[in-house]
Amino acid sequence: MDRLVFLLATGVARGAVFALFALSLVIVWRAARVVNFAQGAMAVVAVFVAFGVTAATGSYWLGLGSALLTGAVLGVVVERGVMNHVPAGNPLPGMIVAIGLVMVLQSGLGMLFGPQHRPMAAPFDERPFQVGGVPVLSPYDVFVLVVAVVVMGVLALLFTRTSLGLQLRASAFAPEVSRLLGVRVPRMLTIGWVLSSAVAALAALLLVPTELGLNAHSADMLFVHAFTVAVVGGLDSPVGALLGGLVVGVLMTLVTGYLGATVAPVAVLVLLATVLLVRPAGIFAAIEARQA
Amino acid sequence: MMTTRSSAPPVPGPTPGTPTRPPCLEVDRLTVAFGGLTALDDVSFTVGAGETVALIGPNGAGKTTVFNAVCGLVRPRGGSIRLGGRPAPGSPTRLVAAGVARTLQGLGLFSGMTVLENVMVPLATGAAGTRGTHGDTPEDPEAAARATLDRLGLTSLVHRPVDALSYPDRKQVALARALVTRPSLLLLDEPAGGLGHDDIDRLAQTVRDVAADGCSVLLVEHHVDFVMGLADRVVVLDFGRVIACGPPDEVRADPAVETAYLGVSASREGRDGLGPAVDGQSISAEAAS
Repeated sequence: MDRLVFLLATGVARGAVFALFALSLVIVWRAARVVNFAQGAMAVVAVFVAFGVTAATGSYWLGLGSALLTGAVLGVVVERGVMNHVPAGNPLPGMIVAIGLVMVLQSGLGMLFGPQHRPMAAPFDERPFQVGGVPVLSPYDVFVLVVAVVVMGVLALLFTRTSLGLQLRASAFAPEVSRLLGVRVPRMLTIGWVLSSAVAALAALLLVPTELGLNAHSADMLFVHAFTVAVVGGLDSPVGALLGGLVVGVLMTLVTGYLGATVAPVAVLVLLATVLLVRPAGIFAAIEARQA
Repeated sequence: MMTTRSSAPPVPGPTPGTPTRPPCLEVDRLTVAFGGLTALDDVSFTVGAGETVALIGPNGAGKTTVFNAVCGLVRPRGGSIRLGGRPAPGSPTRLVAAGVARTLQGLGLFSGMTVLENVMVPLATGAAGTRGTHGDTPEDPEAAARATLDRLGLTSLVHRPVDALSYPDRKQVALARALVTRPSLLLLDEPAGGLGHDDIDRLAQTVRDVAADGCSVLLVEHHVDFVMGLADRVVVLDFGRVIACGPPDEVRADPAVETAYLGVSASREGRDGLGPAVDGQSISAEAAS
């Protein structure tokens, strides 16, 4: 029982990171109808910047700020410099360009920094608290959860309570109609990429200290798991990303804890295949559509 | 006033007695082509301040193309469009700031949003209340949206998702979204399509109220009785050309119009008051949107 409690708690913390990254995929899908396969590579670039800033200043928080800023700038550069020139109306060209971008970014990082993993320190202790003798979350896990909840809350408020959020939703749903209503659709597209890339950078920065370390491929599995989350939840559903992230995080941690780390990816693939067979549009996307 | 023919089309203007300030909309020798197809050929007309003008004609006559040209969605090959004496903005994004609001045949409501959110979208841009509109920028967009919905009798629906509404209510929401910016020119694309008699009467009264407030209205509509009872002037298009323009009664009596448009529909009008091209197809297209 103690083990189950520990695994559930750590699974929730890991799932929060998956949910954040999946949310970034959902944001850019809703804004641009592109599955951004380069999201992981772009996030790792931002984490490398954070790594350098933290090493130079000794401040994790300056590193975190620089990761967010780099993610945002990368979002602008990729949208304006690359995706803006991709034919619209069909998601396939955008996906292919994104895959090309992954190769460019990862090759560039590999040439600049080599293949080795660079250990990255967490800002808080990673040893779990003991509650009644049972190990639960570590202070760093709590930090990750708090950050994830705050970011999701801020994004929810942005999209549902602000004029900018209303314009972002309108331009994502019907760009031509939105233009007739005065919405600057290209600007909304850029803002969507900025938000998405910054959130992805944050998720990668939160994950790397709990992994082997930082290298060009540090976010590869994060992307795979978050993509699974987004598909399971429904690519159009922020709520699906949130709940799907928690489900996948807990599933992976339980399977790793009871059956071994090598089985965990298989469990995730089984979940993905099952959802695609039963509800191809994603569990929560289907529910939202019926309610509408 | 005599109706005018397009063989040498003058610029049909407002009816005598209307104010002499620049027309709210001035379309002058407008020509639009799609490849080798000329959709609009030398089309000219004006809409005066507070005037209601109807564009009628068979399907494919170019009515919606006129709207799209005014909105900057298609680039004219020739001619000019002026709003309040100034060149119309070439971009649809600047339409609201220029005082123009438009409804769409397909409604174009944002699925998944509530009625209130749909109506608030044009206000969210901050463009309303600038050049061309005859209202100040609302300090509270939500209050402005609620007031507009209240005016159209939609108060009880503000928090309902638009997808859950009946078709007439969705059309009312689309109208509210156009009116919320207090435009100086309102473009209505088949506003009566798919509506029953009571809803059409309610719509006509709303348009009259809007025009009485000083807003100019240009509407495309197949429902001839609705048009003739509402418009100050009627512009008839056929194959992209203006074949007649004038007060409703004179246009109705014009033999060329009867041949090209109204006469074809005599039996249908007698039955249900609909023009020739509405049929089932136009209504079903609306309903499907």
